[in-house]
Amino acid sequence: MKPAAFDYLRPSNVEEACQLLLEYGEEGKLIAGGQSLLPILNMRLSTPEFLIDISGLQELKYIHSEGDWLNIGALTRQRDVERSALVKEAAPLLSEALPYIGHMQTRNRGTFGGSLVHADPTAEIPLSLLALNASVVVQSAEGAREVELNDFFITYLTTDIMPGEILREVKIPVGSIPMGYSFQEYSRKHGDFALVAAACVLDTDEQNRITGVRLTLGGVDAVPVLAADAADLLIGEKLTDTLLQEASRAASAHVDPEGDLHASREYRLHLAQVFAAKVMETAYNRAVAKGGTA
Amino acid sequence: MNKQHIGKPMARVEDARLTSGQGSFIEDMNPLPNIHHAAILRSPYPHARIKAIRTEQAEQMPGVKGIVTGKDVVELTHPFPVGVTAPVKYYSLAVDKVRYVGEPVAVVVAKNRYLAEDALERIEVEYEPLPAVVDIETSLLADSPILHDEVGSNIANHRTFSYGDPDKAFREAELVVKHKFMFPKYSATPVETYGVIAHYQSSSDSLTIWSNFHGPFTLQSVMAAALRINSNQLRIMIPKDVGGSYGIKSGVYPYMVLMGVVSKKVGLPVKWIEDRQEHLMASSSGTDRVTWIEAAVKRDGTVTGLRMKMVDSVGAYVRAPEPACLYRTHSNSTGAYRIEHLAMETIAVMTNKSPTGLIRGYGGQQMYFPLERIMHMVATKLGLDPAEVLRRNLIAKEEFPYQTPSGGIYDSGDYRQAFEKLMSMAKYEEFRERQAKARQEGRYLGIGLACIVEPSGSNMGYITVALTPEERGRSLPKSGCAEGATVSIDPMGGISVRISTAPTGQGHETVSAQIVGEVLGVDPRTVKVIAEMDTLTSPWSVASGSYSSRFGPIGSSAVYQAAGKVREKLLRIAADQLGRSPDELVMETGKVVVRDDPTKQISLKRLVGSAHWNPQGLPAGTEPGIHETAFYTIPTALPPDENDLINGSATYGFVADAVTVEVDPATGDVQILDYFTIHDAGVLLNPLIADGQIMGGLAHGLGGALYEELAYDKNGQFLAGSFMDYLCPTATEIPKVTIAHIETPSPLTPLGAKGLGEGNTMSAPVVIANAVADAISPYGVTIDTLPLSPNRIWSWIQQAKSKEEELV
Amino acid sequence: MIKVNRNEWFNLRMQVNGKRYEERVEPRKLLSDFLREDCGLTGTHVGCEHGVCGACTVLVDGSAVRSCLMFAIQAEGAEITTVEGLAQGGIPHPLQDAFSECHALQCGFCTPGILMSSVEFLETHSNPGTEEIKDMLSGHLCRCTGYKGIVEAVQRVVHRQKEGEEASGSGDAVSICSRTTPAV
Repeated sequence: MKPAAFDYLRPSNVEEACQLLLEYGEEGKLIAGGQSLLPILNMRLSTPEFLIDISGLQELKYIHSEGDWLNIGALTRQRDVERSALVKEAAPLLSEALPYIGHMQTRNRGTFGGSLVHADPTAEIPLSLLALNASVVVQSAEGAREVELNDFFITYLTTDIMPGEILREVKIPVGSIPMGYSFQEYSRKHGDFALVAAACVLDTDEQNRITGVRLTLGGVDAVPVLAADAADLLIGEKLTDTLLQEASRAASAHVDPEGDLHASREYRLHLAQVFAAKVMETAYNRAVAKGGTA
Repeated sequence: MNKQHIGKPMARVEDARLTSGQGSFIEDMNPLPNIHHAAILRSPYPHARIKAIRTEQAEQMPGVKGIVTGKDVVELTHPFPVGVTAPVKYYSLAVDKVRYVGEPVAVVVAKNRYLAEDALERIEVEYEPLPAVVDIETSLLADSPILHDEVGSNIANHRTFSYGDPDKAFREAELVVKHKFMFPKYSATPVETYGVIAHYQSSSDSLTIWSNFHGPFTLQSVMAAALRINSNQLRIMIPKDVGGSYGIKSGVYPYMVLMGVVSKKVGLPVKWIEDRQEHLMASSSGTDRVTWIEAAVKRDGTVTGLRMKMVDSVGAYVRAPEPACLYRTHSNSTGAYRIEHLAMETIAVMTNKSPTGLIRGYGGQQMYFPLERIMHMVATKLGLDPAEVLRRNLIAKEEFPYQTPSGGIYDSGDYRQAFEKLMSMAKYEEFRERQAKARQEGRYLGIGLACIVEPSGSNMGYITVALTPEERGRSLPKSGCAEGATVSIDPMGGISVRISTAPTGQGHETVSAQIVGEVLGVDPRTVKVIAEMDTLTSPWSVASGSYSSRFGPIGSSAVYQAAGKVREKLLRIAADQLGRSPDELVMETGKVVVRDDPTKQISLKRLVGSAHWNPQGLPAGTEPGIHETAFYTIPTALPPDENDLINGSATYGFVADAVTVEVDPATGDVQILDYFTIHDAGVLLNPLIADGQIMGGLAHGLGGALYEELAYDKNGQFLAGSFMDYLCPTATEIPKVTIAHIETPSPLTPLGAKGLGEGNTMSAPVVIANAVADAISPYGVTIDTLPLSPNRIWSWIQQAKSKEEELV
Repeated sequence: MIKVNRNEWFNLRMQVNGKRYEERVEPRKLLSDFLREDCGLTGTHVGCEHGVCGACTVLVDGSAVRSCLMFAIQAEGAEITTVEGLAQGGIPHPLQDAFSECHALQCGFCTPGILMSSVEFLETHSNPGTEEIKDMLSGHLCRCTGYKGIVEAVQRVVHRQKEGEEASGSGDAVSICSRTTPAV
């Protein structure tokens, strides 16, 4: 399966890349790590006229701690985020999620931002970042703007990024790192796309009552879902078995998964409950184990 | 016989080139100048009439040298001959209709594959879609869409058989257990896809085709007939390295014919390397099957009779060697059990799916699934442990050679010994206790068993069981499993071996070297084995190739006999030169020595030298040179008789599996805790290679049990078009496997070897199903279909739960 | 900024196995095809062209990547290692020896890709367990071996590296590699 022909452009910096995107509009496509894009091009499911290669832009490859933020450049390789000691300390949820992404060989080339922009609803990076309440910085020829991840995912494979814009950076708030976290997913084979994925970050007080929680679910809708109803049920409470069941039911109450060859709609709804429960329980136990040190 | 080389786990001679990137696979080869590249336009519809094809725009695209469509193929070829009476016309390109998604419709030849694919997009085809049928039972109904108007129904083949007195057995049965089972369509997807290089030369009206085909070479006749060419004008060459096949590359032959036509029409040598999407859609696969099975049983668990109605879909076209899928296991339809009465009905139907062909296991996995499941169901019905039921029915050592009701001759075996060893390896009783305890804790553990007979070395005669005795009577009988090999020694003593088994990773070069090294008393590493196959120069016959695990019993025997002829000739020359008789001589470590006077000896080099340099000095009646060919077949591989008795395979091995699993009812997830397997394949020629073959077959069978399916939706749209959807197990999906061996040598083969490699492909699907069924038996779920995806298991448990709730 | 029209040729320079290559490519040529056709290095195989089977894996600047998921033009200036570059001065790489000893290959088609992933893996993991080895291997499809021999081969090399041994390349296959065949 060979790709259709395209004109190739390699901008030397982000500004040039934005200009090119503006110039070519819908005919232009960015290529970063290429791990999602190349199969699509090889199968000719997409045939862009102009391919804009930003995979070499060093200026967007970094992991920095700046005050209350952990900032990751969009073109940082997934492998580097996976192995980063900084990330492990400041955003352990990400470190737990990253090994689930594809395989070592795809993480060697795949970029952190690429996965976010691709916005597959089962993908680990969008899901974890949503749980961490991250924001992104989007750059265009006109300047930069910040978007909260809560507002970033519009629909299936579609984000808030407008024509002419490039994702520049991901900002993760690390002023107060959650005490408990958990990322879990269920896939047919190791490294395959998840059927359902779940992420949770959670804080407790000295009486083991939940003071803060964010729960996200993937593979259950067109976008990664923030299960706010479930979270509301948990605030101020200790996590009992009954509450856990109630919260997981709430988590899967308003989602709308599609069935496909690998998982029916009913099965996904069921897995959503099962995995919501798993991550809430694990995150809670981790928070409690850390105990009292808010 | 104290063996130096045969039976040793010698590391392989193939490895040096394969680990350093120096293999010669078809896509690496450029045997001619000016090779151009082909791309194939394929049908997006499962069933449609072709109203028009317009290629003018595509012909103008850069680098394009020519385009071939169905009308060219009809002009230049005959339909492929096939061993059924139904008048199905199968060409290498669609003619007026397309009958499966992916069916080839046109071929573009261009300077490179990128340009060829560009041109595909400019070919315009006008289709008139027709209703499609993919479900086997639906295809049998009177109002089903019909694929081939000339046939009038979707039935490509239909036979009935009765052996012993099945009606009596069922009348007298104390219990009858019956069920319907479904087996999915799945493939083996070698990592290397199909490849063909075709070169037509008008000056000699001859065609040379290189391809990663591997037999059976009955198909050379089929290709020559289709191409309307004399067989010696069709030269087929097979590279020494083929990237796996497991039967699937037997189905490359229609593409070989297609590219032959393309080369002729366009006047250029053409290379076509299949891509993965094409491979999944339109290469080959095993059949899907529906089986209705009934067992006549006595209260003590003895099975006295079986009735089986088996319906296979051979895909959109019945093509050679189908419908052999239904008959490969004909002789071992009663498996490892002493069952005297057997009734079978076999039906091959055509549905709008890709055409089928050989696959590892070929018919075995489809047959053992209902058989081994029903044995477990018999146990459940009688309140007995499945192990007990299997024990009571296993053929005993004293009964060998054992003749099955359908004419199979099981040459040797000790099934009970193997089974008991398996049970102790698996610590069966202990597991039952663990299982009971786990159930109390709300965990679902299960253990499954399967005992199968593994046939190897197919008798070509079995394919004609598809025809009635009267129909068979109209042409020459077919029989045998012949294979040829040549062993020769050049003037300076260099030993070479030519084989025609067309290996695809099984290490034939290594084992052949071990055998020749043993017979001639030399280091196997000095023996050069040529695995490249060439129909104009190799020693071959119709049965040649690799399929049905035949190198073990047949291929190795041909090499052994050819080496034996060389040895015999050299001993005659030595006897003459040493003034002794040949039986006083010993051949070892590169020389011939007088047994009771070792000072009298001649080196092999010297003997060979005489044969070449001084032929006049040879004993009377001895030809110059050293070049011996042997063709080997097994005398029990006879044609089917007028009662449809057939011994379908040369040798029969035995495999018994025990698998333990844990099922998580919350997700339907299956974890395989342990996989125990014991094998009896007679004498093992190379234990390292044998275990590798076992693991490969096991992984493939496990794939079929849990992951792999060439899925179509109910409208015939193909759903498994990439490896994202067709799921193959990787290292993380393979459980802990414990392999054990016993050896009951075959009395039929010179080395006592039988074939192996397909066994676990045949057993793994059903043994895993048995284990899962055992694990979730508290829910009352019946397992009768595959693959066991977690979604399916969870749904079955939900259904069983809600049924229970309804009853309450 | 570099701009290459679809019908233009680009002068691509890179190092492969320590040798300098300079070839003209069109932008859409896949790295896998470039290595095989333009560099003549047919040891790297193509099995799926959508990034699942791993047969095409090579090292690009030391990282194992699927060459079917890169355009050759993206590898400009890179240092690439393919299976042909593993043996040094005629001496096989320890992995090549171990693969043969442990019968980690049958048809050999998936082998080059697995060797390259294993090379990177061994450089970044000094004492990996079986689960980590399987995790690395999960990015590769093999249909012949059932993976058992492959896992054993990598374990063998880990073991030898730990002991500071040098594989001599002429080991006795029985004694070196364990097979779980209990005496029956």
